Amino acid sequence: MVITKQPVRLLLTAFVGLLSVVAMANPVTDSAQVKVDTAHVAAEATHTAAEHEVKALTPEEEKKEKVTAFIEHHLQDSHDFTFFSDEKEGKHYGFSLPVILLDNGLKIFSSSKFHHGEEVAEVDGNYYKLYHGKIYKTDATGTITYDEHHHPTNAKPLDFSITKNVFSLLIVSAILLFMFTSLAKSYKKGPVPTGFGRVLEPLILFIRDEVAIPNIGEKKYRKFMGYLLTVFFLIWLLNLLGMTPLGINVTGNIAVTVCLAIFTYIITQFSANKDYWGHIFWMPGVPVPMKIILAPIEVLGTLTKPFALLIRLFANITAGHVVIMSLIAMIFVGKNLAADLPISLGLTLFISIIELLVAFLQAFIFTMLSSLFIGMAVQDHHHDDHEHYDGHDFVDNSIV
Amino acid sequence: MEKLINDFSFGLFFWQAIILLVLILLLVKFAWKPIMESITAREEGIRDAIASAETARKEMLNLKADNQRLLDEARAERDTMLKEAREIKEKMIADAKSEAQIQGAKMIEQAKATIEGEKNAALAELKTQVSGLSLEIAEKLLKGELSNKASQTVLVEKMLDEVKLN
Repeated sequence: MVITKQPVRLLLTAFVGLLSVVAMANPVTDSAQVKVDTAHVAAEATHTAAEHEVKALTPEEEKKEKVTAFIEHHLQDSHDFTFFSDEKEGKHYGFSLPVILLDNGLKIFSSSKFHHGEEVAEVDGNYYKLYHGKIYKTDATGTITYDEHHHPTNAKPLDFSITKNVFSLLIVSAILLFMFTSLAKSYKKGPVPTGFGRVLEPLILFIRDEVAIPNIGEKKYRKFMGYLLTVFFLIWLLNLLGMTPLGINVTGNIAVTVCLAIFTYIITQFSANKDYWGHIFWMPGVPVPMKIILAPIEVLGTLTKPFALLIRLFANITAGHVVIMSLIAMIFVGKNLAADLPISLGLTLFISIIELLVAFLQAFIFTMLSSLFIGMAVQDHHHDDHEHYDGHDFVDNSIV
Repeated sequence: MEKLINDFSFGLFFWQAIILLVLILLLVKFAWKPIMESITAREEGIRDAIASAETARKEMLNLKADNQRLLDEARAERDTMLKEAREIKEKMIADAKSEAQIQGAKMIEQAKATIEGEKNAALAELKTQVSGLSLEIAEKLLKGELSNKASQTVLVEKMLDEVKLN
């Protein structure tokens, strides 16, 4: 309701909505194209594997397959932190991360045992193999059995490994802690922060004055500031780190966004007041049959809000990564290097700039919508403007 | 959708939840709380400073008016004091003048009386001396006349002449 009241924010939101059309929708068709190719190639590969025949792919196909595999590998989490690999010598530059498995007791070992999925790791008499980023229990020779959809049927132990994403999360958390505790300390010296704090303070004020207070209200916003600020800076920093050649993709991982959305959902539901529940289960101002029909819709509505939140962040960041990597891959796949190189670099630069904006916007939107949902749950309703409020609520949902 | 569900890693979700929870708690305790408090305190400080500056300005104006009033009062008081002093001075001068006149008159009167007294005394003394001299002369004459008849007659005649002349 706040968005629609302020035209600037409406424009911003509309812009963001359109942005995803530009930055996401088109490439999605592209990547779908690639996916189809991949599926085709993969199917072919399994086919050949199944028939124990070595059917040579053309070099071009091989390259495309490699690029797709690389992008998919990048988007996924991994058990070691690889910066780059030397394919000819089979060397991987990076470092291993600890693997923690829950399989008849806790099994902790270094991911170097997998040799990047090339070997079977033996731990306490159990054999594990890394297959497409997931750990499967196997035998000494590393046999993996497949079902008809080419999904491995081997047992999967519960995997609590410190993966690349967990490791990145820890690093980012440490950076955040360092940045903001030093900002907090700088206030002890004087009322105005010095150095980097000068950059951070306006951002905090921005979240407070533009996000929390307008959506939640002057009286109640204080309680939720901790969550909103943490989430905003965490998502933003992770998005930005995703743009670096470190090759991490944390916010583009569905498990991470699900977790963030669940936090928002829990906070919303647990801070909700009587009015909020009243509007969900027994909508005031409508006839009784309507009340009964509306209740399940409203209950579903509480779930779709965080669901939209998690999908939006995941889709935007994943799309950004896919687009940028695909554009860079043009150099390797294309036939004419002289023509492809400037196009590829130019487009990558352009999309990168947009992605920098998206990195901020997605963090902002996640925080903004979280505070909006929290605001809806905690606000005091004025019965005079019920129709008004509900109308806007609907508009809000449809826009963002 | 199937791919998404397949990609969902429970381990990552678990760690993310723990890290996020711990991060929120740590940041709230060590960063957001002190930062927000400092910012709020600073903003309140600024608000207070502006308000107190305003009151100080008003007080200053009041003080100025007070000062002006005091100055006016002091000036008026000074004027009256000066006026009184002038009046007293004039009165004193007038008093002194009249006193001096009275005193002078008195002194003149006394002097006059003294002079009169002295004069009377001097006259009296003169009279005695003159009468004494006259007696002596008369004595001497009588002595001379009585010794010489002729001269007595001359004398009487002379005296008679003198008396006639007188």
